[in-house]
Amino acid sequence: MRDRIASLRQHVLARHLLLALVGLLVVVVVVESVSDYRNTQLASMAYLGIAAGGLTVLTGINGQLSLGHGALMAIGAYTSALLLPDRDASVPLTLVVLAATAVTLVVGAVVGLAAARLHGPYLAGATLALAVAVPGIALYFKETFGGEQGIRVVMPDIPVWVLDAVFFVTGQDLTRSRFTAYIGWLTLIVVFVLLANLSAGRTGRRWRAVRDDEVSAELAGIDLGRARVSAFMVSAAAAGAAGAILAFTVKLAAPSAFTLTLSLTLLAAIVLGGLGSLAGALIGAALLTFLPSVVTDAGRSAGLSDIQAAELAPLVYGLVMVLVILLAPTGIVGSLRSAALRGRARRRTTSPTTTPKGTAA
Amino acid sequence: MQQFLNTALTGLTLGMVYAAFALALVLIWRSTRIVNFAQAPMAMTTTFVALVVIDAGFSYWLGFVAALLSGLVLGAVLERVVVRPVEGKAEINAVILTLGLFIVLHGLAAVVFGNRYRSFPAPFGLEGLSVGGTTIALNGFGIFTIVSVLLVMALLVALFRFTDVGLRMRASAFNQEVARLLGVKVGSMLTLGWALASLVGSLAGLLIAGGSLVHPSYMDSVVVFGFVAAVLGGLDSPLGAVVGGLVLGLSLSFVSGYVGSQLVALAALVILMLVLTLRPGGLFAQAPERRV
Repeated sequence: MRDRIASLRQHVLARHLLLALVGLLVVVVVVESVSDYRNTQLASMAYLGIAAGGLTVLTGINGQLSLGHGALMAIGAYTSALLLPDRDASVPLTLVVLAATAVTLVVGAVVGLAAARLHGPYLAGATLALAVAVPGIALYFKETFGGEQGIRVVMPDIPVWVLDAVFFVTGQDLTRSRFTAYIGWLTLIVVFVLLANLSAGRTGRRWRAVRDDEVSAELAGIDLGRARVSAFMVSAAAAGAAGAILAFTVKLAAPSAFTLTLSLTLLAAIVLGGLGSLAGALIGAALLTFLPSVVTDAGRSAGLSDIQAAELAPLVYGLVMVLVILLAPTGIVGSLRSAALRGRARRRTTSPTTTPKGTAA
Repeated sequence: MQQFLNTALTGLTLGMVYAAFALALVLIWRSTRIVNFAQAPMAMTTTFVALVVIDAGFSYWLGFVAALLSGLVLGAVLERVVVRPVEGKAEINAVILTLGLFIVLHGLAAVVFGNRYRSFPAPFGLEGLSVGGTTIALNGFGIFTIVSVLLVMALLVALFRFTDVGLRMRASAFNQEVARLLGVKVGSMLTLGWALASLVGSLAGLLIAGGSLVHPSYMDSVVVFGFVAAVLGGLDSPLGAVVGGLVLGLSLSFVSGYVGSQLVALAALVILMLVLTLRPGGLFAQAPERRV
């Protein structure tokens, strides 16, 4: 039995699928037991998590920094909004998410081709320009993208079989916000399994090799450009899916949702959690979703006005981001991991000193 | 013809401001190899300092000086306290750090000064001057903008060319190890570099704010334009930054005047990508060199 579990642990795909299954169970339990308001928050956490997951693969594993992921999310959100103009739209939501992902993938390929030549501050500056430029396109082509007001997203009715299936499993009627939360988290689980599998396999090894040493990677026969562009495309596709979930949650695709702040927020999420770790991206997304209300309440009770208190949250996570870079550059997950490694190393160094004594005696 | 002239004049004024901002980025890049993305919120913060002074009933000029001095102090403090630990480390850490500072200053300004639009006074008339009976798009404040940026540039050139401190700063930017062996206090020179850059950035912030509205995020797009201008000039040369700023200001002004103001940022992105693909070393790159 232990052998079987050990072999399961070594089989990457099986391990990820098992984790996904556990995750799915947790999601069902949590979504069914909390209020509609919390479910909307959970849906926001899902789209932040998906986008942060994509970004952490790009930044943590491939070493490319993107400040343009807010803009890529905008492309996913606008694609979804255009596909869901009214209640009679017959496009199933799965197809909408896939279409948003595909369109963003194509845009990501173009951006990635340009970005593959850049590094460090140049890449940051170029993607920063992208983040500022994309909302302008939506404003300029008013007829198509609705200008400042944006486009309303009309969610189709929940299919009857979904209602029946959910009632059969949980014994509760499915509300609209629960439905959105389910879609968000199902998408998140699928995206995370794909990302985890990609980065654990050959592709991920190539991305890491390119990040760590360009020359050695090239000598080992890795096409630097191809590795960079593919990482950017995968990351962009995740951002596109996140944009679709955002459109479902907010029910609006408008330029004001995709400011520079969104891109910086995503970066904050992956830095807080720890670069390169999907679990870290999820922790970061959770912090960004649930921290603001906590901080705002704390600010209000400390005597700040409502408007001032609402501005405290970015201040707090900006400060944490600076502190993480200065004190623990590996983030929350990385620090825990290295603490665990240190603990294991200590145990290993103490055990040999005890064994000789035992044999001597 | 008149529209062409006016667009060009607007572009010239804007270009001067971008040039100043790009110059601030270049000063920091030369000394510490860091692109300071927090430059925009730093300038925003000092502009709010000026606004507080002016709203308290003091003259515009006192506010102006207060903003420049607080810029000087802010730059020095940030370099000493926050930036020093990441200097010479992995470049991604420095980039993330300056972006973290970006968020912090933004949040701080929104809490302290309020997250709303406030009007900022201008010391000179905003009416267009009239030449030969027609009004042109150049006003008193525009002339002040051009003159003050030129003056600051001249002062910087004088500092770097003719003074002892300037020579030391150039030495520490050129080679830290050698400079240190020759007795230059490199650390202080880096702090001074950041302080000066922050001062120039503050000037750019004041010039953009003059006669219009300020808000915690009013400088956000300027950091992009400043960066593009600096890259146009090669990111390493102060003269290049000035020329890059003017070129960018003119091009963006024409895009805004003839195509649509919404596409200005997109035009900046296109220009940036063209420069990085065709001439990664900037417009004046001598030898083909891989830098990007």
